[in-house]
Formats: sequence, structure tokens, C-alpha cells
Amino acid sequence: MLLIHCPYCEETLPEAEFTYAGQAHIIRPENPSGQTDDQWEEFLFIRANPKGPHYERWRHFHGCGRFFNAVRDTVSDKFLTTYKAGAPRPDLSTLLPEGQK
Amino acid sequence: MTRFNAFSLLKNALTGHKNWTEQWPDSQPKKEYDVIIVGAGGHGLGAAYYLATQHGITNVAVIDKGWLGGGNTGRNTTIIRSNYLYDESARLYDHAVDLWEGLSQELNYNVMYSRRGVLMLAHNVHDVQSFKRHIHANRLNGVDNRWLTTEECKEYCPPLNISQNARYPVMGGALQERAGTARHDAVAWGYARGAAMRGVDIIQNCPVTAIRRNADGSVAGVETAKGFIGAKKVAVSAAGHTSVVMQTADVRLPLESYPLQALVSEPVKPIFPCVVMSNAVHAYISQSDKGELVIGSGTDQYTSYSQRGGLPLIEHTVAAITEVFPIFNRMRMLRKWGGIVDVTPDRSAILGKTPVEGLYVNCGWGTGGFKATPGAAHTFAWTIAKNEPHPINAPFTLERFKTGRLIDEAAAAAVAH
Amino acid sequence: MSEYRVSGKGRVDAARPVSFSFDGKTFSGLKGDTVASALLANGVHLMGRSFKYHRPRGAVAAGSEEPNALIGTRRGPGRFEPNTRATVQEIWDGLQTNSQNKYPSLKFDVGAVNDAAYMLFSAGFYYKTFMWPKNFWHKVYEPFIRAAAGLGVSPTEEDPDHYASRYLHCDVLIVGAGPTGIAAAKAAAVDGLKVVLVDENAEAGGTLLSEPQAQIGGKPAWDWLASELAALKDAGVRIMTRTTAIGYYHQNMIGMVEKLTDHLPTLPKDTPRERMWRVRAKRVVLAQGALEKPLVFHGNDRPGVMLAGSAQTFLNRYGVLVGRKPIVLTCHDSAWYAAFDLSDAGAKVQAIVDTRESVPQALLDGAQSRGIPVKLSHTASGTSGRLRVNALRVNTIRSGHVEGGQNIACDAVLTSGGWTPSLHLFSHTQGKLAWDDDKTTFLPDVTPEDCLIAGASRGLWGVEAALNDGAEKGRESVAALGKTGADATYAVENDRPGTGVTHRELPTDLNPGRAKAFVDYQNDVTAKDLRLAVREGMRSIEHVKRYTTNGMATDQGKMSNINGLNIAADALGKKQPQVGLTTFRPPYTPTSFGAFCGYHRGDHFEVTRKTQIDAWAEENGAVFEPVGQWRRAWYFPKAGEDMEAAVRRECVATRKSVGIFDASTLGKIEVVGPDAVEFMNRVYTNPWTKLAVGRCRYGLLLGDDGFIRDDGVIARVAEDRFHVTTTTGGAARVLNMMEDYLQTEWPDLNVWLTSTSEQWSTIALNGPNAAKLLQPFVKDLELTEETFPHMSCTELEVAGMPARLWRVSFTGEIGFEVNVPAPMGRKLWETLWEAGQQYGITAYGTETMHVLRAEKGYIIVGQDTDGTVTPDDCGLGWAVGRKKPDFVGKRGLARPDLVTKGRKHLVGLLTEDKSKLEEGAQIVFDPNQPLPMTMVGHVTSSYTSDAVGQPIALALVAGGQDKMGETVYIPMPDRTIAAKITPMVFVDPDNTRLKI
Repeated sequence: MLLIHCPYCEETLPEAEFTYAGQAHIIRPENPSGQTDDQWEEFLFIRANPKGPHYERWRHFHGCGRFFNAVRDTVSDKFLTTYKAGAPRPDLSTLLPEGQK
Repeated sequence: MTRFNAFSLLKNALTGHKNWTEQWPDSQPKKEYDVIIVGAGGHGLGAAYYLATQHGITNVAVIDKGWLGGGNTGRNTTIIRSNYLYDESARLYDHAVDLWEGLSQELNYNVMYSRRGVLMLAHNVHDVQSFKRHIHANRLNGVDNRWLTTEECKEYCPPLNISQNARYPVMGGALQERAGTARHDAVAWGYARGAAMRGVDIIQNCPVTAIRRNADGSVAGVETAKGFIGAKKVAVSAAGHTSVVMQTADVRLPLESYPLQALVSEPVKPIFPCVVMSNAVHAYISQSDKGELVIGSGTDQYTSYSQRGGLPLIEHTVAAITEVFPIFNRMRMLRKWGGIVDVTPDRSAILGKTPVEGLYVNCGWGTGGFKATPGAAHTFAWTIAKNEPHPINAPFTLERFKTGRLIDEAAAAAVAH
Repeated sequence: MSEYRVSGKGRVDAARPVSFSFDGKTFSGLKGDTVASALLANGVHLMGRSFKYHRPRGAVAAGSEEPNALIGTRRGPGRFEPNTRATVQEIWDGLQTNSQNKYPSLKFDVGAVNDAAYMLFSAGFYYKTFMWPKNFWHKVYEPFIRAAAGLGVSPTEEDPDHYASRYLHCDVLIVGAGPTGIAAAKAAAVDGLKVVLVDENAEAGGTLLSEPQAQIGGKPAWDWLASELAALKDAGVRIMTRTTAIGYYHQNMIGMVEKLTDHLPTLPKDTPRERMWRVRAKRVVLAQGALEKPLVFHGNDRPGVMLAGSAQTFLNRYGVLVGRKPIVLTCHDSAWYAAFDLSDAGAKVQAIVDTRESVPQALLDGAQSRGIPVKLSHTASGTSGRLRVNALRVNTIRSGHVEGGQNIACDAVLTSGGWTPSLHLFSHTQGKLAWDDDKTTFLPDVTPEDCLIAGASRGLWGVEAALNDGAEKGRESVAALGKTGADATYAVENDRPGTGVTHRELPTDLNPGRAKAFVDYQNDVTAKDLRLAVREGMRSIEHVKRYTTNGMATDQGKMSNINGLNIAADALGKKQPQVGLTTFRPPYTPTSFGAFCGYHRGDHFEVTRKTQIDAWAEENGAVFEPVGQWRRAWYFPKAGEDMEAAVRRECVATRKSVGIFDASTLGKIEVVGPDAVEFMNRVYTNPWTKLAVGRCRYGLLLGDDGFIRDDGVIARVAEDRFHVTTTTGGAARVLNMMEDYLQTEWPDLNVWLTSTSEQWSTIALNGPNAAKLLQPFVKDLELTEETFPHMSCTELEVAGMPARLWRVSFTGEIGFEVNVPAPMGRKLWETLWEAGQQYGITAYGTETMHVLRAEKGYIIVGQDTDGTVTPDDCGLGWAVGRKKPDFVGKRGLARPDLVTKGRKHLVGLLTEDKSKLEEGAQIVFDPNQPLPMTMVGHVTSSYTSDAVGQPIALALVAGGQDKMGETVYIPMPDRTIAAKITPMVFVDPDNTRLKI
């Protein structure tokens, strides 16, 4: 069971309190009706699915209920950081330990 | 390579087994191939085998980052069935079952396809409706699947608890008698031996780092740990790692990779005659020929390449098994392990051409890839050889995610109301 | 005192004899014995049969790594478990045990015929045969193979015991309470840090229990142990014995299983059998020690051949001599000490046979002083004896050449092939291993977790090294927590560090191709099998393992992995790391399913949600159905009624007078805020701006892919407040989806969402008399068409209870839904029930609800839709506010396949022969086509309907809305049913019955 830091509660808590909510920073377009089929497919389905640092969303479901973002290494499952929804995407180079940049 | 028969067995036994030859050589890459298959699991090796046997294409390499059969082929719970709802799925999986039935003889390698029946338990009215829908659709598709009453379920699988006071009482079940299990490693080995026998190179421990494309966009070959290898066609069959490999050819896919866990008990004498699946409680169980209860768990909620998985999921899975089979509570878990499965939005595979000329992909099998192995490999080889869809794999395009023509087996079984 | 018990030795209690049975025969042991030590004390070595060849086997080890001595253990009815390790199970008065995998008896087993066919049953045998004739696999071969495999038998009764689980949080967890772990705990127990020391054995001490000769800081080992454990307890260290750390999970979560009753003669009341501890430790020290390797030679599996270190344990810990005339066969110093200890305890050690040319002088002196013959530069090439070893065939090695053998009589062979660090939990962390050429073994390298490896686990031999390394790692662990650990340096006398060499198979003068030199005892894998696998092209240890099953037995390769790797590497001519190491998987030792289930059994497997009215339904004879986590009243049979009769009666009564229905399970969400209407406009397909306060509207929810996700009636309670209902199963999903859009896509909207599903009890009244029944309970509101028309809502008191009253209908009759605070639900129900008697009020369940709504053509999401259905597909296009600039699903609906012709439409079906269709039945246009047929849809709902006068059905049919009146066919196994496509509304299409 992972330990996850909720950036709203400012507490590190077990995964059982959280639900995973998929890739982060996929923004629903302002005017969906103006999107092509390709663009809409991209929005709905296409995912980065990286092996390594992954920008993703979690929800503190059994806590404050807030959605927030995280960067987690999908190889070690370690969280590099978590941050509030709406905050800018953190630069990986500031998160990775020396030698892994 | 030695052909296996009663004579060769006896002769070798009498000569101290000194004369068996290797089942496949440890090949080093040539400069160029007609076809390179990335991923030496059952699907990739099978495709190579059928390219050689069905299409006469033998200048083929199967390349793997590790040992052949070391991915999901060797990590799954080996359930084989074809009682899928939609015509597209039923056709593909039933094609696979047709091939499974003759595979040992075809390969001269006993893959131990065991037709012991797969029983899917219904625990609520919605399950009953959904399973009957499957059964009727299967019947009209010529796929074996029939309804069993609660008592008939018990008769078919004596360890089953059919108390109607259970938290999830058994309300009946759908039985596919033609379904069963097979020996997973043997599938990879049998295909590897069959392909190698016909000239296919199997190159192990050679990670593919990138797919290289020509100036016109078509495939040029692959960059590997052992250098560049040219190819007219590249087919990716890399299960959990498909996104990673395809990304290097600038093909982005509707895939997410999740850890999937499974476990076995200590071995015991035969007690469990068939395969039982219960979607409502999330339990899948059979007994191997060795005597171990083989139990499938679910995927963790988050994407991962760690092959690790958490304890809570395993606890839930074991609780689900003992809910349905309370007599197993004092059995012991011997080991649990994890694999990485790539999952598409509609839980059906992607099997065919890609936007890149000469690049083919076979992925997105989620938790169900093993059962499809011969069928997927057979039709994938067709597509690679002819550069066109096989009638059976044609619906499993990448295109469907744009048009919305999904093959949504998961949604069809979804619970609401 | 039995023949092999040594008075004054061991930690067993000579004053407390214990009697237990093995294969029906009663044996006597002492308190503190395991089944294995007690049987050995009685001279019994034969304890089991192997998996494949059914060869006779005895205990080879003294701990949880034992591969051979697996037994069935029983404590009366329901309490039986197979494959228990006799070396771990403690005895108690009345314990019943039995041997396994033999027929008819352990001493004479017909399955041993396989042993005679040994040369045939080589590695990979199964893959090469049993293929002819084709159908024989299923009918003949497989049943035969299955029956021969499997060790013990499964339990067949329900387990009467219960199991528990708990969480534990600590600063430092130390796994293994040997010298390393104890020293680590001592170093870490500072500044009130929470330290936990855990060990799988019945008592703490680890190797110290087998090495009483050691003097630690001048104290005899056992005195030191006692005082040290007491000191640790005083320092607040939690010491947990009989507790196995089974798995190392993410971020220092360790699963541990504590065995609480399996060693007790009587079961204490209310004590769980086992408890799963989920430990979250800030730091972990792994001090799991090392496991001794067997030597691989012909006949090394005969009962009486065992590990030297284990013989030492049986002697020093249990006071048992495993033989009176043992012989020692080794390539490592440690076995010499076993010889010395056994000799000192009265055994006549026949010889110490060591493959090495030279050994330390002190060992030679020790042997000489005890009169033990020493044979250096010797090997062993076989054993003899049927059910117990009686001789070892020993050969001189001269300049690399093995000379002819000579039999030395013995009653036990004590072997040591050196030691393997125990890296199982380290391996669970996905820690990397590094090959150490000197020690010929893997040592821990790096791990992603916050843990340290100490002592023999990282290749340090001897008590002194273990203690000092443990102390250092303890200090390092607390240093990482910002504390300074306790300083200690340990000096040990009579220590036995020792070194050795590593062998593959022992050299022999006989044909190695015919040798039965076992590597994996339980699975009967020999060195020859491993070499054959390599010859056949298996180049990785993973392949070799899977091809031969080496390391896949219940000891998970604890005995066999390194020997197997060394042999495979030799056969390949490669270094071991190039051949690889198989990964150890949790659990560390086999762990009962019960421990994983914990409390989650029976009624506690999963929560059952019940409404406030559930108890009334139960008291009134309801039959229930599970819907998601809820249980709902399905129908209310009267005496003698079956389901069909009950449902027909409920339907008729509701349409004729009034029915009462518990709708409390419907999901409810309160959408509140200045932007509530804008939010609703964006989320639901319908337009909401013009919905007046006090009015309700049917709401339809799509995913952004355009497919229907959920539906429900929604009331506008105030300008800025909506009371949303969802399907029963969809409540949590819908709220999560709403929160997702609100929080992450539209954070600018000023809206709050609250789940109120469990805050309201919802009672539906339906039928021509519904208004009449309800009127007396609502003051200030006239229930007329003018004052409270269909799809109205208001807040008022109902029968004196604060309520939200809706006039809605899911039946086509005049209908009301009364929402009252949940705890008042039953009171309201009973009030209405009593008042309704004059109208013949009838309680109905979900089945009647389904019939009534189907008669009226109302869909059920999840039954009539399946995640691939659009609003237009099921005739709900009217609910889509197409003029809205956007809503969830709008763009999805425009995708090519969602607007294509020939999609499946939800329509009504009436069978021509008036038979009832089966839900799920498939529909075709041409009934005469061959298989596989082209199916054009399926029956989604089907009911007997008195209101219609014949059974009705809803179905999805390709292009159905354009085929009204046409005939379709439903091919069933026995016949084909013709049905006519009709509109979905069967009853009262003009809605006259909705009017008061």
C-alpha cells in the first residue's frame, strides 16, 4: 500500500484513503464541439503511460475529497511530489535526485 | 532438433538423456530481417511461427529485452475461454480455442490444453441477465456456453458454497465446457521451438530501445542493445511495455499499464475439477496439474511498471475465494506475483496495422491475453504478411477509438441500477 | 527417556511429556518439541514421500525451510491443514498428524513405481509426451498426472476458527531475533523510539539457541540471551515470536502473520488462530540470517541425510540426537562443529568427510581429541538403506581423480554445502543483488526501500560478527531518524565463524548421468535434470526453473536455488549472475488464507447496506436481492405464493389502488451554490435554466464519450439548490464524476456537492389512491392537479415529519416520493401502511417496480442500456439540450459511429404466441440463417404483464425505431419465437393515469 501526501490536508496517509484518477494535465477543451474527431480521441483516450515519472491525478476520497496532482515514478512507485490541482506542472529536473536527471 | 515421440523418449531415456538437442538456439542478430517481432511472449513467438508455417516468411527475428516467455505469458492464471458477448470477440477467442485444441500436436510439444470447463458464477439478478445474454449470443455464434442452476453449479464444482445465506449467494452460472487451462510456459517454448526449427532467430536479452523510421515515414528497423537491426516490417507484441516501445515510433496509444497480481496455494491432491470465475466478488480459481490452487487477483488502481502490487488487493482476493469456497480457509498461499497488463478504454485488444507503414501492433489484452495467444498470433501473422487485416482481427483496429465503434465487453457487463 | 533424547540438553521441558499421534500411532515428546524433533527423539526419520517419485523422505532441516517433512495436522472437526512443516509445528497433547502423498502406507507406497522409471521421467518429460492419441490427454493422462501430484489433501470442512488483523506503526522494525536482530534492537531502543523485534520461531534467539557454547562478553550464550531479552523488554522493545514477516510491500509496509493458537493444547475462547499485522515502519533492519545448503550427490535424499546445522539445532535446542552413529559430509567448517557437538553428546561420529584438502588446524585437533576419523580430500558417491540411511559411500579424491568408493556404516549423514544469506524480504523490495565470487553467493546491493541488511543475511558468519553488524545497523537506522543509537561492541568466545568452498554436484566415480543427486528435494529435481534443461536450450535460470520445477516447491527454493544456479551456470559455462537469479515472492513461508481474509469472512466479507425500512420488510416476509452493496426487498410473497404470483399481485394492487415502495437506496446528491444551475447545465444533457423552483425534471447523464452513464429525477428545491437522484449502484460514481469536473475543469463555478443518499429515507406511493392516502398527512397542501401537478416538489411536513415531497412516478400511476430524515423512514412507512389499510395498500419490491416501469416504457440504466447506448438509441433524444453550447458528452455524441445509421434502438416487443421472452435472448431478422447468425439485438427487459394482457419486453434492435410493426425472431434452443416491434410504452401512452 502506497503512502500518499495530500497537498490539501498536508498529511501523508495510506493509499486506502485515495483513489487514482488517471493522467494529469489533460485539459478538457474550452469548446469541445469545435474539436475534430482526432482531437477528441486524443482527449478521451490517448495516454502517455510512461515508464518512469508520471504526472497523474489522485483524489483524497476518504479525506478532504479533493483532486490533486502527483508525479510518481511508475517503476519504483515512489512519489516525487504531489501538488494542488491547478498548480503548474513541476519541472522534472527539480524533482529527480542527482544522477537520475 | 529432436522430434518428440515415444521412440525418441525411450531412446533418450536409455542413453541417459545425453542426446537431446536444444529446443531453440541462442541467436545473434543478423543485419536485416524481413520481419522483426518485438516481444518474445506467446503472442510474438506464435506470430513468428505462423509467419513461417502459414506464409513462408522465415527471415524473421523475435527480439526480447529478457528471456522468452518471461512476461505475461509466464505470469498469468492460464484461463482459456471464448464465451465473449460481442461477435467480434467471440470470433477471435473461439478461433483461438480451435487452435488450442490441436496445438500440442501442431507444435509436437505438449502445451497441456486441459478442457476442464470454465464456470462463471452469477451472484445477483444483474449477473443472471448478463450471463444469459452471453449464453444466447454465444449459442447463435456457435460458441459453447450454457446455463447451470445453482445445484448444477455445485454438482459441477463440489467445493462451491451454495448457501443462499452467503453474502454473495450463487444464483446459477454460465458454463463453457470447451474452455479450460493450458501450461503457460509450454506455449512459449513450443512456439519458440517450432519457429526456430523453421529458421526464425530468437534473440533474448536484447532490449529494443527505439523503432527507427525512414525519411518517408515507413519503418526502417529497430535500435537495440546489440545495435541497429534493419527490417522491412516491425511488429510490436510487447504486452505491458507496448506504450514505451511504440512511443519511439511516435505512435501514441490509448493504453495504460497496470500491475496485475496472481497467487498459488500449496499443492494438494485433486479437489477442484474446473475453472471458476466470479466477477461479482472478483475471484478466479483453478487447480493446476501440480495441485496448486491458481488464483487470479485484480489490478491495482494505479498504473505501474513495478510488477509489485499491494497487500490489500491480495487480501481481498483471498477473502473472495474463501467466500465462495469456505473450505479453503486453512489452505496456505505459497507465492504471489505480479505482471504488467496494458489496458485499452474498451478492454478489448488492438491488433493490426498502425498509422506507420510497416509497423504493426498487438496489444491491449488487459487481463485476458493468454487465452487469445494462438488466435491472436495466427491472425497477426496474416496481417503482417499481407499488410491487411484478417477478417477476424479486422474489428480490433486503433481507428475505433476515434469513431466510437468500441468492442466494449466491460461496459456490456457493467453494473448500474 | 527415548533412545535419542539427550538428558540435560536442549530447551525442551523434560518434566512435561506431551503425547501426540503420527499416522495413528501415539508418540511421546516433550513440551517445546516440534513434531520433527519429537519423532526424531523416537528414532523416526521417515516422515514423508516426495512429489514425483514418491521416494521416502525425512526431515532435512530444523526450521521453516523444510522441504520434505510435510504432514497433515488436525485438531478435531474442521481444523485440518495439509503440508504443515513438521519442523515448525509444536506438539501438544492430542495433536493428530499424518504423513502425505503415499498409498497405501508411508512405508510401502505404490507410487514409488515412478522412482523405478526415473530415467524416463526426466525434466521436461511432460512436454514431450502424452500427445498421442489426441483425446487421451483429457481422458487418461491428465487425470493420472493430477492424481499423482499434490502432496497432502485439501481441507473439506468449513474452518471454525477466526482470524484477526491489526495495524502497527513503529520507528524501527527488525526482522529476525537472532544475535544480529537483538543487537540491532538494543542499539535502536533509545529516546523512546518504538522498536519491534519479530521472529518466526517459538522463542527469540535464532542461532544462539543452537550455539549454547558461545560466550558473549563472558556470559554463556543462553544466559546472555535471557538477560538481553529482558533488557530489551524493559527498554520498551516489542518482541513478537511465532510471527513471520511474510512480505515487504511499498514504502516500508511489512505484512506479518502471528500464530496464536496452533501450539496450544486447548483453544482459548475468543482468541483468533492467526493475526495479520500490517506494519508501517520508518526503518527496517532485515536480520533473517542464512540458510544452509545441502550437498548434491547420489542418494542425498535418503531419510537420515540432513543438514549438519539442523542436526546441531535438534541436539542443542531440542535435546535430540538425530543418530547414534552419524557421519559428517561437508565442504564447510560449520559441519565440523556439528560433529563435535553430537560427539560430545554421546554419538559415535563415524567420520568427518570433507572435500577440502586442508582445514584449520583447530578443527583437526577437535576431531582428534574426540577420536573422530577425518577424511580430507574425500567425496561421497552414494548412500544405502531403504527407508533410512545405513551407509555412505565415500571416495578419495586424488589429484582431481575420484577413486573407488568405500561404504561407511552410519545411521545419519550430516551434510553442509555452506550457507546462503536469506534475502527473501530484501528481494520483495525489488532490491538488487550482487554476486560475490568469494562466497559464491548473492549478497544484497541496493534497495529502493528504507531498509538495511545485517548479519548473516549479508554474508557475515559467526556470532561476534553478527552482533557487531546488528548493532551498527541498529545505530544507522536510528541515525536516519535523527537519533543516536546505543553504542556497543561485542566480543565472543567459542565463536564458530568458519569458511568453506562451494560445490556443484559432488565429484563421483560413478556415471553422473544416472545419479539421483537431488537439488530440489520436494519436487524431485536432480542435477541431471538441470543439466538436461540446459542441454535443451534453457539458458536462463528462469527457464531452467520452470522446465525442471527446481525451486518451485513449498520451500520456494530455500534449499535448492543456489545449488541449482551453480549447476546451471556450470552447464552453461557462464558466471552465475549471467544466468540470473529467480525472484523470491511473498509470502516468505506459506501462509494460511484465513490470515489474509482476517475479518472479511461470511457476513463481514463485504458490508451489506440496509435501508431504515429493511427490518420492516424482513419482518413482513420480503425476499431480498443484492443490488451493489445494498440488499433490497425483491418481492413480498404471501403464504403459498411464488415469485411470479407475488409480483402479479403487487402489480395489480398498485395499478388498482395503491402500492408502497422503499426507494431509499436511490443515490442522492445535493447540488448547491450560486452557480448550481450552470453546473447542472454542463453536467446533465438537459437544460436546467428554465426549470422553476418547486419543479422536477428527468435528468440524463452521459460520459464525455457520449454514452449514457446514469439517470434520475432531479428537483429544483431553490434557485441555488438541486436535489439530484441517481441510480442505486451509480451514486458514488456520479458524485465522483461531478466532483472531478467541478474541481478540475470548472473550479471557477461556485458550487458545493454533498452526498445525501443516507440522509434521506425515500418512500414511494403509487396508484390511483396514492393522493387520497397521503392527503391527510400533509397540511397546507392540497394534492390536486392544480396545486401540486405531476413533477412538482415541495418542502413541508408529512405526518409531522420534515419532508421533501415529490410528485413523480416511475409506474405510470399517480405517484409521490416522500423524503424524510433517514431515521424517520420506518415511522413514516408504518404510518402510511396503517392508513393505507383502508385502500388495501400493498408493499411491493424491486421486481414489481421493474414490471410497472417497463409497462410504461421507463428505462433502467444498466439493464436497458449497457455503456454503449446513446440517448437517441433509447428514445431519450428529447432529454438532450442540443442548443446548449456544451454539456458532458455533447462532443462524444457527434463521433462518427454514434451518428451512423443502423444503430441499435430500444423498442418494445410483443411476442406473437404471447410467450414471455428471456432477458438476454438474442434477436435476428432472418431465423433461417445458419450459424453463426447475424444478431441484430437482444431482449433487455421482459415481464409478465397483467395490465397489458400479455408478456411485454424491451429490446435493443438495430434500426428498431424505423421498424415499428415489423416482425423479428428470437431463436431459442428449442424453438424460434416471433415478436412484433412496438413502441416502448405499453400502458397509458397518453398519461391519463398520472392525473389526480
